[in-house]
Amino acid sequence: MATHEHYYVPAQSKWPIIATVGMFITMYGLGTWFIDMKAGRESHGPIFFAIGGLIVAYIMFGWFGTVIKESRAGLYSAQMDRSFRWGMSWFIFSEVMFFVAFFGALFYVRNITGPALGGEGPKGIAHMLWPNFQYVWPLLHTPDPTLFPPPKEIIDPWHLPLINTVLLVSSSVTVTIAHHALKKGHRGALKLWLALTVLLGLAFLMLQAMEYHEAYTELGLTLGSGIYGATFFMLTGFHGAHVTIGTIILFVMLMRILRGHFDAEHQFGFEAASWYWHFVDVVWVGLFVFVYVL
Amino acid sequence: MSAVIDDHGHEGHAHGPAKGLMRWVLTTNHKDIGTLYLWFSFCMFLLGGSFAMVIRAELFQPGLQIVEPAFFNQMTTMHGLVMVFGAVMPAFVGLANWMIPLMIGAPDMALPRMNNFSFWLLPAAFLLLVSTLFTPGGGPNFGWTFYAPLSTTYAPESVTYFIFAIHLMGISSIMGAINVVATILNLRAPGMTLMKMPLFVWTWLITAFLLIAVMPVLAGCVTMMLMDIHFHTSFFSAAGGGDPVLFQHVFWFFGHPEVYIMILPAFGAVSSIIPAFSRKPLFGYTSMVYATASIAFLSFIVWAHHMFVVGIPLVGELFFMYATMLIAVPTGVKVFNWVSTMWQGELTFETPMLFAVAFVILFTIGGFSGLMLAIAPADFQYQDTYFVVAHFHYVLVPGAIFGIFASAYYWLPKWTGHMYDETLGKLHFWLSFIGMNMAFFPMHFVGLAGMPRRVPDYNLQFADFNMVSSIGAFTFGATQIFFLFIVIKTIRGGPPAPAKPWDGAEGLEWTVPSPAPYHTFVTPPEVK
Ligand code: HEM
Ligand SMILES: [Cu+2]
Repeated sequence: MATHEHYYVPAQSKWPIIATVGMFITMYGLGTWFIDMKAGRESHGPIFFAIGGLIVAYIMFGWFGTVIKESRAGLYSAQMDRSFRWGMSWFIFSEVMFFVAFFGALFYVRNITGPALGGEGPKGIAHMLWPNFQYVWPLLHTPDPTLFPPPKEIIDPWHLPLINTVLLVSSSVTVTIAHHALKKGHRGALKLWLALTVLLGLAFLMLQAMEYHEAYTELGLTLGSGIYGATFFMLTGFHGAHVTIGTIILFVMLMRILRGHFDAEHQFGFEAASWYWHFVDVVWVGLFVFVYVL
Repeated sequence: MSAVIDDHGHEGHAHGPAKGLMRWVLTTNHKDIGTLYLWFSFCMFLLGGSFAMVIRAELFQPGLQIVEPAFFNQMTTMHGLVMVFGAVMPAFVGLANWMIPLMIGAPDMALPRMNNFSFWLLPAAFLLLVSTLFTPGGGPNFGWTFYAPLSTTYAPESVTYFIFAIHLMGISSIMGAINVVATILNLRAPGMTLMKMPLFVWTWLITAFLLIAVMPVLAGCVTMMLMDIHFHTSFFSAAGGGDPVLFQHVFWFFGHPEVYIMILPAFGAVSSIIPAFSRKPLFGYTSMVYATASIAFLSFIVWAHHMFVVGIPLVGELFFMYATMLIAVPTGVKVFNWVSTMWQGELTFETPMLFAVAFVILFTIGGFSGLMLAIAPADFQYQDTYFVVAHFHYVLVPGAIFGIFASAYYWLPKWTGHMYDETLGKLHFWLSFIGMNMAFFPMHFVGLAGMPRRVPDYNLQFADFNMVSSIGAFTFGATQIFFLFIVIKTIRGGPPAPAKPWDGAEGLEWTVPSPAPYHTFVTPPEVK
């Protein structure tokens, strides 16, 4: 393994410490903001949050910029490339586990909590808490409707969500086509298919926003409408946040490609973006099946 | 031939450390970062320890003497959080940073800048967490397990900062773990096959996997809390169709693997130290690797042994009971191997070995009380008593903490280039050993007699044992200041350490000089 001899160990870096300060200010700001909001007080939280967010955005440009520069300067070896690959794969695995927590919560309330509150099974004694409650999923009646007013209706899976499924699944295909184009050196096709992927991502997000709007304004389906709304918005919301991040990453890749970055050998950045995109896509399929349809 | 190619011009050539404070702030060197982690961990150990002193002072006698019950709750909560996330976990990450590259012949960690980021997030997280003690509403008071709705509906305002602090710690742990995995899988010297790796590297590889698997679940858990508190969701509220028991499932799905995160690296370190001082190779290397892997696997399917009394179905009780007991099998394999390594060895008992042998004996006691707790019907009696406190302190103090002490004494010569003072080291060991047993052994008795945990006051019948506990705890606490003294003394001077100060020790880390140069294995060694 001769590649060992060129393992790049960067000299000191200012980015991590700035990132830490940025994250700290962001978290402090967000926390303060939430606390004050709940207490109905004036808050300096949003300002801190904004400052912290700007710092974080700044270091993202700076840090990733440095990495790109180093990579293009040829400082990275094949071994370095493998480190990045391992890093990205395990990062995606951690993301998967994050969603596992929410999917787990969904399965738990549907299969265990709900029936118990409805009076079924050995824990059905919980029914005496709210004797009028009948458990039917989707939860159009909550145990305590004054505290958690239930939704009037839920999102019909066969309209917007179905379209979104088509959009996202085809975007996984287009990004793969773009990847093949990159490997073959067809830059024109690469740009075209990648741009199309970004557009599909944007379209998905727009439809998702429309769906949320409809849920809040017409269906009474909100974060506060009982556990259906809670799991619905947490799962689709975090997924939407990941689509947003993925779209931004793909957009950055598009910009880099327009500047002539990447070739058949050097394309880890692009591949990482596409892995992330496939992950987001797979999560969506899970969402479509378990949140919308079933 | 240099592995360090510096294109930025700043710092010239990165062969020696930079000067001044900024060396530590900007460093990408695994040894610097390891040192930072270890010092941070020690500070947190003293801070968490001082909280424990408050607890033991209040429990010295029955009745309320020193602190308000409300503050007492904050102390128990913060003690647990600071020790788990601030003392034990970072100490092991520090050891990983220092030793893994040295043990596998790598020039540094795989992702050095991210390594720095992982570290610095921790002080930020703890600043956020600990500062809540000074806010008007007080700090978190719901126990380190922060069960909902105590931590949601009935929580102090500071719970929100607590949540964000946990997020920061989680990000730090995940990045640290990714770094460890990438380093081990990708930066091993030629010839260093997986099954030649020192066990410390193996146990850390598996620990890192556990971290990446469960820290995101903890993040999900606190995020649901955040939503329940501020955005009117009902994850943990039955009125909306959610369930407080759901909280416990999510928490313990993280929590049980977490206890193995805190012990596996200690298993690894002890598996290097015992052979070194027995002058025999480790007995059953392969079975150690498989035992570690099975423990890690089983740790995912036993979480509800913390929830035997919440009303899980009978089959659940049985499943979790037997699955938990199953863990005793690979754990027993490990203990058997350590003992067999010592069997007919040429034993000497320098400080690292003393801590390692105490580890084997006392951790096993903790394992046995764990087995008692694993018996569901018996746990109905034991749960929420001091017996549980005794159990987890026996696995964590002479387990994780002694493992860390053993490692520190074992590798201090390599880190500092000086031998520590053996007499003082032994004194540190015996005082810790006596103090810790005195503090925690009586807890078994008061626990079995029914003394509940997390109380500032108690029935008169428990008075004597509690006083003994408190005296033991004060002894243990004070002894750690003495440890600080020993370490500083070693850093500042002492007999120069040879490259390999322990004649029975094995591993690449002993092939480099002591103190280890700033950059090691720039060209990877050849492993036969
Ligand atoms: C043979 C191995 C072990 C078994 C069978 C075991 C079993 C158990 C059981 C059944 C409980 C729940 C008791 C209750 O709340 O009623 C428990 C609690 C606990 N165990 Fe273990 N355990 C083992 C090893 C460990 C290890 C290695 C650690 C950490 C290094 C550990 C740390 C803890 C902690 C921190 C708690 C208490 C959590 C809390 O409620 O605050 N255990 N253990
Ligand atoms: Cu457990």
